[in-house]
Amino acid sequence: MGVAKFIIRRVLFGVATLVIISVLVFLLTQLLGDPAKAILGREAQVKATLLGKRKELGLDRPAVNQYFGWLWDLVRGNPGKSYVNGVRIWSFMGERVTNSLFLVVLAAVVSIPLSLAIGAYSALRRDKTFDGVSSYSSLILAALPEFVIGTFLVLLLSVKVWHLFPAVSNVRGDTRPWNDLKGMVLPSLTLILVVLPYVVRATRASMIEVLESDYVEMARLKGISPRGVLWRHAMPNAIGPTFQVIALSLAYLFGGVVLVEKVFNYPGIGSALIEAIPAHNVPVVQFIAMFIAAVYVLCNLLADVGTILVTPRLRTKLS
Amino acid sequence: MTAAIDIVDTPGEVPGDVVVTDVATGRPSGLIRRAMRLWRTRVGLGLLVIVVGVAVLGPLFAPHGETEGVGIPNKSHVDGLLFGTDKLGQDVWSRFLLGGRSILLFAIVATALGLLFGVTIGLFCALNRGKLDELLMRSIDIILALPSLLLTLVAITTIGPETWLIIATVALTTTPRIARVTRGAAIVVVERDFVAAAEALGESRFRILRSELLPNVSGPLLVEANLRLTYSIGIVASLAFLGFSTDANGANWGTMIQENRLALAVQPWGVVLPTIAIAVLTISTGLLGDGLARANAGIDRGRSE
Repeated sequence: MGVAKFIIRRVLFGVATLVIISVLVFLLTQLLGDPAKAILGREAQVKATLLGKRKELGLDRPAVNQYFGWLWDLVRGNPGKSYVNGVRIWSFMGERVTNSLFLVVLAAVVSIPLSLAIGAYSALRRDKTFDGVSSYSSLILAALPEFVIGTFLVLLLSVKVWHLFPAVSNVRGDTRPWNDLKGMVLPSLTLILVVLPYVVRATRASMIEVLESDYVEMARLKGISPRGVLWRHAMPNAIGPTFQVIALSLAYLFGGVVLVEKVFNYPGIGSALIEAIPAHNVPVVQFIAMFIAAVYVLCNLLADVGTILVTPRLRTKLS
Repeated sequence: MTAAIDIVDTPGEVPGDVVVTDVATGRPSGLIRRAMRLWRTRVGLGLLVIVVGVAVLGPLFAPHGETEGVGIPNKSHVDGLLFGTDKLGQDVWSRFLLGGRSILLFAIVATALGLLFGVTIGLFCALNRGKLDELLMRSIDIILALPSLLLTLVAITTIGPETWLIIATVALTTTPRIARVTRGAAIVVVERDFVAAAEALGESRFRILRSELLPNVSGPLLVEANLRLTYSIGIVASLAFLGFSTDANGANWGTMIQENRLALAVQPWGVVLPTIAIAVLTISTGLLGDGLARANAGIDRGRSE
């Protein structure tokens, strides 16, 4: 089996995963409860009102028809209209998606090189002070929920100890994220701290393995400087296993934005989700859930394919 | 929140004397003893005892009621109150003492359910390799392709934040990882002679699962269960923080952070106390889990060497 065949199989599996997730999302939102009843609240006791609402939302059709109708529309890029105001979802979600993407990319661009450096240096100074400090800090950071990290940062850098950055994002209306970079500091710092421990630990673990190998010993004995050994010889081989973790961290960042956006009142997909849930705005919730799931599946796909591409050993095993 | 990635460090820091001697078994008693030799386990356990003590015994010492108005809202200094009042004029200290119960209870019940289902599925798959095993493992991949918090949020959209629903969805997201870890650990055990011997003796499937497989996978299982508990606490607290708690007016650390955030500058205690409590709780289970993981990796190493 060649690399191309592997990629095709992996893509097909990704698509199948998304289809099954869509069934799960549909089941949980539409069949487990009754959106019409949830929207009407007490009014739902009047039979005629309930039936009218169900007809209006298209809930009187058989469940299978509803599902395939929804899925087909979704595939064609038409996720439907909001239950709350009847506006097409794309017309207001496009901006939210851009905002969230900007936040996640900003966090990733800083956190990935930083955590690669910390992880590699910890491996080099194994069991020394730096390694101990980074090991304990990543243990603690990995245990903390996102909103707790965010709240600590607000207390520390915004409201109580130092007054450096705004506690709440100013991104509203015409103010886009790139116009409010000072307000972006705390949300992106939170996300950076959320993913940092995972990449640091993975880099450290795979770097330790590489540093103990014979060819690195050889390079050292040849008299190459420690820095040269680390970056020229060890890093290219340590990056393989780490690549997987980096791609998964990107996915994880997208899961984490839900809480971080809430902490900083940042208008992205996460806060849109939190607004849609109490309003029982099922189409919006379905859209956001499918969007985040698609990002997850895509990142997992990139992780697997990327690992194969950066690891010659695995490449030859395939063919 | 559940991470897509759980990495346990290579057992670099396990002292040599811990590793080699009398480590033929992965039984939890030995594991716990070994883990207790590490400082992080002891610190974690100590912190855990403190937070659980506050959450369980705290309600007995709460001077005021959960929703009892005792003064002007958002005052950090009020005579007779330790930490002032919150945004509805309730006593922050009382709500702090009362606010740990539900988070802890939900997280423990959800993890226990996840453990029950996950272990059953994992052991079953390890013992009966085949089509069903393949199917279950594929389904697990798919559930893991969704962030767990997202799954819970999707589920409460039409039903609302009901107790059973929160526990069920958190358990649903816990099950796959436990099942995967159990299966991975049990597959090796199934191949060993004593399982074949038990089969030859005509012992029932259930008996083999319970008495032969389970004791031999409990080491890695304990580590994973601890990790899942940390994440379950995170999810349950996050849900409350996002405003989806079962009792909207009830005292809950997550809810407290959420509702007192706006008054942070004038009355920080309503946010600081619950934030510290959740942080210490998750850090303690995190440290404990890491200690167990290191001790367990040491045992595994001892077995193979």
